[in-house]
Amino acid sequence: MLIQIKNLTKTYQRHDGAINAVDNLSLDIPKGSFVTITGASGSGKTTLLLILGGLLQPTSGKMSYNARELDLLKEKDMATFRSNHVGFVMQSFALVPYLTALENISIALNVKDKDNDKNRKRALQLLEWVGLDDRTTHYPKELSAGQQQRVAIARALANNPDLLLADEPTGNLDPTLSEEILGVLKEINQKQGTTVVMVTHSPAAAEYGDTKIQLKNGKLHTNEKV
Amino acid sequence: MRLIDLTLKELWHRKSQLVSGLLAITLGIGVIVGIRSFSVVSEKAVAVNLDNLGANILVLPQSSSVDNYYAADIDASTFPEEYVEKLVTSTIPGVDNISPKLTRRVKVGNENIVLTGILPKSEIASKPIWQRGGIQGQQAAASCAPSGPKKYADAKLQRKGIDTLANNDCFIGSGIALRLKLKEGSKLTIMDKEFTVAKLLPETGTVDDDRVFANLHTVQALLGTGEQISAIEIMGCCSSISEGLLGKLRNVLPDTRITTIGQIVSTQIENNKLMSKISLVFLIIIVFVGGISIGNYIWGNVNERRKEIGILRMIGYHKRHIYYILVLKALLMGLVGGIAGYILGTLGAMWLGPQFSGIAVSPIYMYFFYSIVVAILISIIGSLIPAYMAGKIEPFSNMQED
Ligand SMILES: Nc1ncnc2c1ncn2[C@@H]1O[C@H](COP(=O)(O)OP(=O)(O)OP(=O)(O)O)[C@@H](O)[C@H]1O
Ligand SMILES: [Mg+2]
Repeated sequence: MLIQIKNLTKTYQRHDGAINAVDNLSLDIPKGSFVTITGASGSGKTTLLLILGGLLQPTSGKMSYNARELDLLKEKDMATFRSNHVGFVMQSFALVPYLTALENISIALNVKDKDNDKNRKRALQLLEWVGLDDRTTHYPKELSAGQQQRVAIARALANNPDLLLADEPTGNLDPTLSEEILGVLKEINQKQGTTVVMVTHSPAAAEYGDTKIQLKNGKLHTNEKV
Repeated sequence: MRLIDLTLKELWHRKSQLVSGLLAITLGIGVIVGIRSFSVVSEKAVAVNLDNLGANILVLPQSSSVDNYYAADIDASTFPEEYVEKLVTSTIPGVDNISPKLTRRVKVGNENIVLTGILPKSEIASKPIWQRGGIQGQQAAASCAPSGPKKYADAKLQRKGIDTLANNDCFIGSGIALRLKLKEGSKLTIMDKEFTVAKLLPETGTVDDDRVFANLHTVQALLGTGEQISAIEIMGCCSSISEGLLGKLRNVLPDTRITTIGQIVSTQIENNKLMSKISLVFLIIIVFVGGISIGNYIWGNVNERRKEIGILRMIGYHKRHIYYILVLKALLMGLVGGIAGYILGTLGAMWLGPQFSGIAVSPIYMYFFYSIVVAILISIIGSLIPAYMAGKIEPFSNMQED
């Protein structure tokens, strides 16, 4: 198992009372799998994904990576965990606006390795791989939505993560572009063996997964393997 | 792309905001550097002159201001040249080397210069009645000059010993020589009259460096003042001064202001002390205002960059990296502000110094480093709280969207 979570709960305090966005949830994510998470709005999909990626501290529960338990409260460890093992693809692309496509990728490489020339070469390779080698010096606002998402995917792959987390990666894209991006994710999963966990609203997108999870009120509703 | 590259790119990306962020610190450093450059030159010059001039006496028109020794005679009103004769004929003991001057600010091309007319010894000697003064004077100097002949090395005194100065000749200060690219033997045209540079005077660090000395009568004719002068310098014997020489001189020339250079110089020293205090107060103000203004700027910058900081955190950067990019930005801003402030203050002092007090101010290069160090320290201190707050920004997630 790549990731195991046990009795995970995330409680948000709100003015109208506390709410468990993720509620006593346990889940195993096998190495090399492609997991899709669906569920109604507010069912806790994003919350779960953020906890999986070490971006958010759960209120209680345990999580282990490669059978080693993570100290979810140690912020430094979690940042290192993110840079070493996790890649993120967000619905809104999350690119730094004043950095070019190439720079957005190499700034992620720089977290782990300070060799600037090497990082540049690797960033170029990645852009080539997502088919944007002619857009290296473009700024995010000079790229189309699909191109921006490709840059974001290239960045997510920069440090060879074992786990790629995607939160509605096609939410801002039209159906044709969505299919392209989903194809790229599938390819990453199959060719490189990267474990992919993708949150989506679209039933068609959910079909890309080999494990399909549905959340309801922060709890596991269905968990079906194809 | 390293974090320093990112910081530089971000600075450049928001360059228009830099101006407002740097304003306070640049102005602050500028004012301090300006005041200090000015008062250091002034202090140094006072020290030199206090040492050399001992008991010199200056006769000035009644209405003149004595706040500033160097410029006391510049653009002052005038009194008749015959006062010199009055002095000589009064036979007051202890009066040496009476030296009348007429000084005005004039333009040569685009350069401002100070033109001073003086009388060479030969002309004093040619007036039989003045010879007495000269002889008396030499005896007086020998008997009571403050401390030996080496004191007379000062250029200011040297020029009293000028033996001859032809009508078409002039002596020029080192500053003038530099600015107008003149050397001995060059021609210099002032108000349509051509002079030959007979001598370059050594640098003194005072307004004298910007002076052109010419024959008094030539200058009077050029300026059309008639037989008027703006000051008389007298070497007074120190013991005579304490025996009431000034009072005796005042009796002879009642409608003038007679003062010792010591008095003027002490006024100057008071001014300098005040300047030092003002610059200290400014330094304290700038530390607060500059620090707060940089802190405020960085705080605005952090808020503008919340998403981007979240992105950096998402891709694995630690809090300390966020601190680093913000403090580095403050450091770079301090660097720019310090350099800009130094340039502003130095140019300001060089430009305003001669206008207000007739002191030629030259840049003090050591202040370049002080400016940078102070500006950087202020900026870094100012950025600490915003940087700390920025460390608390959560890693990016879709939920933080606008
Ligand atoms: N920072 C927060 N503070 C308070 N409540 C929150 C916060 N983030 C999420 N929630 C609540 O937790 C619940 C789960 O939110 P989450 O964003 O995980 O849902 P989601 O399944 O991703 O929804 P969507 O499909 O709309 O993105 C929601 O009720 C939401 O209002
Ligand atoms: Mg969501």
